[in-house]
Amino acid sequence: MAHENNNQEAKEQIHDPAPTPEPLRAKPPGEVAPTETNPDAVDSEPLPLPVPPVQPRETEPVRAAYEHPLAIRVTHWVNAIALFVLVTSGLRIFRAFPSFGPKIPEKVLLDIPKALTLGGWLGGALQWHFTFMWFFVASGLVYVAYQVISGHYRTLLFTPSDVPGVWPMARHYFLFGPKPPATGQYNPLQKLAYTSAIGFGVLSLLTGIVLYKPAQFSGLAFLLGGFHLTRLWHFVAMCGFLAFIPGHLIMVVLHGWSNFYSMLSGWKRNPEYPA
Amino acid sequence: MISQLPEKELQRQSRRQLLKLAPVAALGVFAFPKVNDRLLAAGVRFSDWASGGLFRSQHLAQTFPDSEVVPFEKFPYNGYDVLDPEVDLEKWTLTVEGEVRRPGEYTLAQIQALPKISQNTRHVCVEGWDVVGSFGGTPISNFLRLVGADTGARFLEVDCADDYYEAIDMASALHPQSLLCYEMYGQPLDRKHGAPLRLQMPTKLGYKQAKYLDTIRVTNVLKPGKTGYWEDQGYSWFGGL
Repeated sequence: MAHENNNQEAKEQIHDPAPTPEPLRAKPPGEVAPTETNPDAVDSEPLPLPVPPVQPRETEPVRAAYEHPLAIRVTHWVNAIALFVLVTSGLRIFRAFPSFGPKIPEKVLLDIPKALTLGGWLGGALQWHFTFMWFFVASGLVYVAYQVISGHYRTLLFTPSDVPGVWPMARHYFLFGPKPPATGQYNPLQKLAYTSAIGFGVLSLLTGIVLYKPAQFSGLAFLLGGFHLTRLWHFVAMCGFLAFIPGHLIMVVLHGWSNFYSMLSGWKRNPEYPA
Repeated sequence: MISQLPEKELQRQSRRQLLKLAPVAALGVFAFPKVNDRLLAAGVRFSDWASGGLFRSQHLAQTFPDSEVVPFEKFPYNGYDVLDPEVDLEKWTLTVEGEVRRPGEYTLAQIQALPKISQNTRHVCVEGWDVVGSFGGTPISNFLRLVGADTGARFLEVDCADDYYEAIDMASALHPQSLLCYEMYGQPLDRKHGAPLRLQMPTKLGYKQAKYLDTIRVTNVLKPGKTGYWEDQGYSWFGGL
């Protein structure tokens, strides 16, 4: 599996420049051992022996996991930006006809405040939407393809065996219940959230295709209940994301910097789950 | 999954991996107003290019039984300026120009003499609403044959009595459901719906369906800033469904 290979590769890189027994040098404690990245360190003069060798602090091992491969990190951030643009421009588009009923008589279902929208006017919002839909689709396809090909999807796909673990986790987060032991990278509630988010993405894509080209994709339009209803499903998919995002952000804040940083650097320090 | 590694090494690995994300930051250029106009224009151009590629010239848009047609009173009037430019229907002729063998003035009677079709199709507005209406007229392709148009040309441009203007790609113009429409709901077009003649294409958005046609021009070149009334302000030019 590519994912494991990735980890293997990372491990090898780590152990490659492992510190070897070396003469002690005059240097302040904590300075870097000579490595290929810090060749300057060898310039110092060795101290006269005998002095008991000291284990340098930096060689003490840290538990860490390379959680998020590059493909996941890139698609996560491209997708986050695209989703922000698509939701805000989409709300501006919705303002042009804020209803799912007939045009005559038109009932305003929701008056979306302009401040929440992007694009300034319908035409501007459509430009944002028609530009970032490509980023959204591309990042989504690469993400799903990577998960499937690498086999990594098994760590976060919600399956029936995760059902019993959902309630204890929800009770822990929302009702201050005891914390269930961590068994893997993602707990059942996370799996449910991430798997649903993929579902919302697929629904946005299919409904988006029909709204964009209902005549060319008339078969798909039929399957989704027709053009008119598809507009409602597209909106529902957005509501799904709007439900997912706050929960996701709250969890990011609760889990702290090291967890957030792992989506930037891939590496997570002291993961709470066992090997 | 879990590695044991020295602190420095973890930091070094983390930094290296972080730097690999740098290309994503390039998306940040969209935050600059001066730049994003051009980027968004490129995004819309790309979408239009893809739309042209997705267009299937012989694939018919859905048609509906009479029972699903929205009543005439509930078919919205939409105009960009005036709802009735007061066309003199008695003296009206359609001017034909450009890449055609027989340019000149054509009367409504000449157009109505061409084979007529009626269709119940969906009219989709860029705002998001849609209505199923009943339309009658002659396929644009019949008229282009009558005037000896070069159908290898790229565009069909129209000018309207209310100073609206539009342009469509030749493939869409030649689509069998693309009409020069002079009837709605079995009656001659009323003034607010574009009398005496409008475009009606179920494979295009509403803003492409120009009303009060005055001039039709077959051309290979669209003047920049004169590609369509709304398109010149930022709507997608292809506007296809």
